[in-house]
Amino acid sequence: MAKRFEKRSIFLALYLVFAILPVYWMVNMSLRTNEEILSAFSLWPRAITFEHYLTIFTDASWYSGYINSMIYVVINTVISLLVALPAAYAFSRYSFLGDKHVFFWLLTNRMTPPAVFLLPFFQLYTTLGLMDTHIAVAMAHLLFNVPLAVWILEGFMSGIPREIDETAYIDGYSFPRFFLTIFIPLIKAGVGVAAFFCFMFSWVELLMARTLTSVDAKPIVATMTRTVSASGMDWGVLAAAGVLTIVPGAIVIWFVRNYIAKGFAMGRV
Amino acid sequence: MSAIKPVNQKAWFLILPVILCVAFSAILPLMTVVNYSVQDIISPERRVFVGTEWFKAVMRDDDLQGALLRQIAFSLAVLVVQIPLGIALALSMPARGWQSSAVLVTVAISLLIPWNVVGTIWQIYGRTDIGLLGATLAALGFEYSYTGNATHAWLTVLVMDVWHWTPLVALLCYAGLRAIPDAYYQAARIDGASKFAVFRYIQLPKLRGVLMIAVLLRFMDSFMIYTEPFVLTGGGPGNATTFLSQYLTQKAVGQFDLGPAAAFSLIYFLIILLLCFILYNWMQRVGTADRSEAEHG
Repeated sequence: MAKRFEKRSIFLALYLVFAILPVYWMVNMSLRTNEEILSAFSLWPRAITFEHYLTIFTDASWYSGYINSMIYVVINTVISLLVALPAAYAFSRYSFLGDKHVFFWLLTNRMTPPAVFLLPFFQLYTTLGLMDTHIAVAMAHLLFNVPLAVWILEGFMSGIPREIDETAYIDGYSFPRFFLTIFIPLIKAGVGVAAFFCFMFSWVELLMARTLTSVDAKPIVATMTRTVSASGMDWGVLAAAGVLTIVPGAIVIWFVRNYIAKGFAMGRV
Repeated sequence: MSAIKPVNQKAWFLILPVILCVAFSAILPLMTVVNYSVQDIISPERRVFVGTEWFKAVMRDDDLQGALLRQIAFSLAVLVVQIPLGIALALSMPARGWQSSAVLVTVAISLLIPWNVVGTIWQIYGRTDIGLLGATLAALGFEYSYTGNATHAWLTVLVMDVWHWTPLVALLCYAGLRAIPDAYYQAARIDGASKFAVFRYIQLPKLRGVLMIAVLLRFMDSFMIYTEPFVLTGGGPGNATTFLSQYLTQKAVGQFDLGPAAAFSLIYFLIILLLCFILYNWMQRVGTADRSEAEHG
């Protein structure tokens, strides 16, 4: 038993090293000047500089990117979960006309290669007068996040025996009360994962977000592509911006970690 | 989804919001692309209906077939590596305590980095003069070069993708494992089941739902991979890492052929759809066979 546990820990430790090294390299790059990054190999920054971070925190075109991204990502995640929860319940508990087709159709919306679809997206949102607004990006991202949330939640809900629903009805719970106070706590792990994935996919999505915005709602991922132009590549600023893009998501997973980690095992049943 | 579920047509009201949200952004763009694909667009005012001409042209394209084969090989490699690795990772992650939080956050970090930054970081990371990975490999005596050697480039893209996306599989499986009621483990303990038996007959079947999502997601996303290899290798050397999506973008943006590019997109979409459909049905069947075996055996 103890030996097995050790094997697992070694495997986990190896993976964590593999996972963390590129991130460390990014942090390392963000703390060095561009000349130093390109001139020599160095395991740690020789002369730490915060100039890249200063650039981002003092330039409105940089930090407003983070704010814009946060706004539409939060709108998107909230809407995705709110519409996906009842739908996933319907798919996991009832059969109805066309249920399997609709369920699979939802996922097909994640399968369209974006390059050509961007133009009609641009036309659609221009016609609606929503260009360069947060709500436009949030709505466009529903296209791939809602199916994802429905599929994840359905998977978790199907793992909950239907007897629990029936027992609750016999005990006299109304549907909304049963759903909110008994059912959702049972699938906490699924809700946590779904929320994190919705956040993550919307946060890193570049093509749609860039197409639908120009100034007022320009997301950080689009601002970042700017570092490639002009006088060559601004490696340091890009790395610093990359480090900062991790922060909000890390906070989100920190908050949902209890949902994910405890899940059913510690629930009320 | 199990077989016996009560019929309730009113459930449509529960899924209506989802359909509205998705259809809003799905249907018009898809129709527009279909519209492009059957026309020769010379200028916004001058369009000629050409029927299935573009579809035939795309199907005959040799470069496309090469890119398609590379793409299928890449996506299969992604699944073969990431799914078992993700499951193993989920099984070895601590279930509670501060370690579980720390590990969760560490594992999730790579998912949160924008894709163009992922490519850029690995571009530096893999360089033999200034990057940790490249320098280490060079110090170990490998003549490593992701820009010069096709195999190295392909492997680097694969390792980058494993680094980037295995956490997705791991997080899904981890949450799936946490959702297994303790009662199952207690029953297994009473039966004196081995670790492997617990995995095979309790954990794996209970993970079926999340694994289905993980496989499909990883498959379709890797099939549309674009930004990371584009930034890392630019599709080279030669066209060793030019995957379908990059080929499409060259057509759509580079040559500005909207008609053929739209036809290509639709064929691309149908290929993904078909392969996902096959995967989905296959996994459904495996799961059902599993369950009936457990019930009868």
